[in-house]
Amino acid sequence: MTKKPPDKDYDAAKKKWEDELASPKCRQMHDRFETISFREIKPLYTPEDLGHEVPEDYMDELGFPGQHPYTRGVHPTMYRGRTWTMRQFSGFGTAKDTNKRYKYILEQGGTGLSVAFDMPTIMGYDSDHKRSEGEVGKCGVAVSSLADMETLFDGIPLDKVSTSMTINGPAAILWAFYIAVGEKQGVSSDKLRGTIQNDILKEYIAQKSWIFPPRPSMRLITDIIAYAADNVPQWNTISISGYHIREAGSTAVQELAFTLADGFAYVEAGIEAGLDVDKFAPRLAFFFDAHSDFFEEIAKFRAARRIWAKRMKNKYGAKDPHSWTLRFHTQTAGCSLTAQQPENNITRTAFQALSAVLGGTQSLHTNSMDETLALPTEKAVKIALRTQQIILDETAAASTIDPLAGSYFVEKLTDEMEEAAEEYFRRIDELGGVIPAIEKGFPQREIADAAYRFQRALESGKRVMVGINKYFEPGEKVTIDLLKIDPRVDEECRENLRSLRESRDNKKVKQTLAALKKAAEGTDNLMPKILDAVRAYATLGEIVDTLKSVFGEYIETPIF
Amino acid sequence: MSRPIRILVAKAGLDGHDRGAKVVAAGLRDAGMEVIYTGLHQTPEQIAEAAVQEDVEVVGISSLAGAHMTLFTRVLELLKEAGAGHIMVVGGGIISEDDIVGLEKRGVAKLFGPGTELPVIVDWIVKAVDAQRAEAAKE
Repeated sequence: MTKKPPDKDYDAAKKKWEDELASPKCRQMHDRFETISFREIKPLYTPEDLGHEVPEDYMDELGFPGQHPYTRGVHPTMYRGRTWTMRQFSGFGTAKDTNKRYKYILEQGGTGLSVAFDMPTIMGYDSDHKRSEGEVGKCGVAVSSLADMETLFDGIPLDKVSTSMTINGPAAILWAFYIAVGEKQGVSSDKLRGTIQNDILKEYIAQKSWIFPPRPSMRLITDIIAYAADNVPQWNTISISGYHIREAGSTAVQELAFTLADGFAYVEAGIEAGLDVDKFAPRLAFFFDAHSDFFEEIAKFRAARRIWAKRMKNKYGAKDPHSWTLRFHTQTAGCSLTAQQPENNITRTAFQALSAVLGGTQSLHTNSMDETLALPTEKAVKIALRTQQIILDETAAASTIDPLAGSYFVEKLTDEMEEAAEEYFRRIDELGGVIPAIEKGFPQREIADAAYRFQRALESGKRVMVGINKYFEPGEKVTIDLLKIDPRVDEECRENLRSLRESRDNKKVKQTLAALKKAAEGTDNLMPKILDAVRAYATLGEIVDTLKSVFGEYIETPIF
Repeated sequence: MSRPIRILVAKAGLDGHDRGAKVVAAGLRDAGMEVIYTGLHQTPEQIAEAAVQEDVEVVGISSLAGAHMTLFTRVLELLKEAGAGHIMVVGGGIISEDDIVGLEKRGVAKLFGPGTELPVIVDWIVKAVDAQRAEAAKE
């Protein structure tokens, strides 16, 4: 028995959603979705399905999928129309080594690539720099020039894949390498799809891989945003990241609040740079952690969508619904994994991945069981990918949209997450905004305190990690295989650079770097100049040094 | 009561993961030690110099990005060169068992793997420093 919903807005929204669902652009993958026992599963369930009255605030707080405030999901069909992208983050050794792994991932049914760079690349040093010693290719792939990027994507047509690159300080340069590889392959930049992380604010807050001080870094970011809007329209220009904040020890609320606060800071920077909010906001994406507290995580994802939608519409005056939608990538929580009894990590990862799917993620990385010990082996990566495939193809968790909506617990948690985040926004405003708050060490201190509190709770037994402080096995020996990085990597990368510096047109390199320096001293968009230098095979380190000579470097005051 | 243990907690190399280093620094401080935290992105040279200048008994190095073999070894060498080979070097991070064996052979006194609880670290350091002090008193 169904009671008539009381609200005209509700009726109209429902009709709109039903029309969208029926439209050809929203084709669903099966004619009929059903449970393992052959019972039909509808795309969406609402209070009406139980014969309940629709609550008064339903339209303000939940709405329909693909509609403001997007609590129930950003697409009208969600996974019935398109499954999340299974995007496994990887990179190690030389560009050649990683190219092989990428081809393996694509063969195994992975649907997107995600580049992990090594520490020197992340910090803007070439493989042959003194500070790179011992670090080349260790926790990601070494990419020092366009030549390395060409090798990395050899045989992978850039118009056929979407690529995410975890790069921040030197994001503009690595992105320019990628655009230039596209040019070499004959793929024009408007066909390129992917994401650069390019979220410098969370570097100062949590991940601590910065190069330049905040203000010139924000200029590079707005230059990227403006360049993308005109030339690389399908590219996600920032992946505003909570992942690193959470991994550094924050609570779920802190992850949510600091990430969204960073997001609003980028929006404000774009508006201040004279850009139309609706021209760039649709290309902002997000990246969250999926930790072990199953329902809290789901509430966090739902609250994130709602907060973003409301603020983008009401505070920043965005009119394009694409500016209101918070699309996000999720990675399961590395910090929840244990070196002890590492096979248990497969189970942890599966629950975390399921929370991301129930929370409506657009793409997902599942960690491998061996990642507290080393970079993952091929076998461990395969199990991690299979975990996602099992969720999609066996659990039916993706067969209906936002399945936990209406749960008293999840809805209340979602509301509480939103309120607690709003409280953090107020505190950040009082400090003068995100950058002044960072300069005062506010988020850094909040996170360090939460991390220490967690550790204390673990030691008192109030929190449990299986295999660490409960069910541990003294004298346990780890028996899984670990990936070893070939020690020749360092040398091979150095050798590649040496021959590159000999064979390229060094006069051209000098000219393009000089032009870049001049532009950096002024206010022109830096992307075209960076691209010129990249095409001339100027290296990452050379371009970074040129910019450092104008922008300076960031130094943090250490606190603990 | 004996004088407090002085320890330098250092983040070596380009790795920015400082959660572990900070939690351990806070834990050692709360256990009554005098803790000096270097902050991020320290070269082996900077770490060895700080250890000597601050006159510490222990250096604790955190490494989570795979460069531990190079960085730890270099710090040991530099301390020796500076005539400070008596300063005990310990560490922690993402370090495989094979590498732990290798580094302990090279002179790292102790490596604490992921999941080690703070009291274990505190106890180990207190005992090791006591032993070292007793040894020094005999000489």
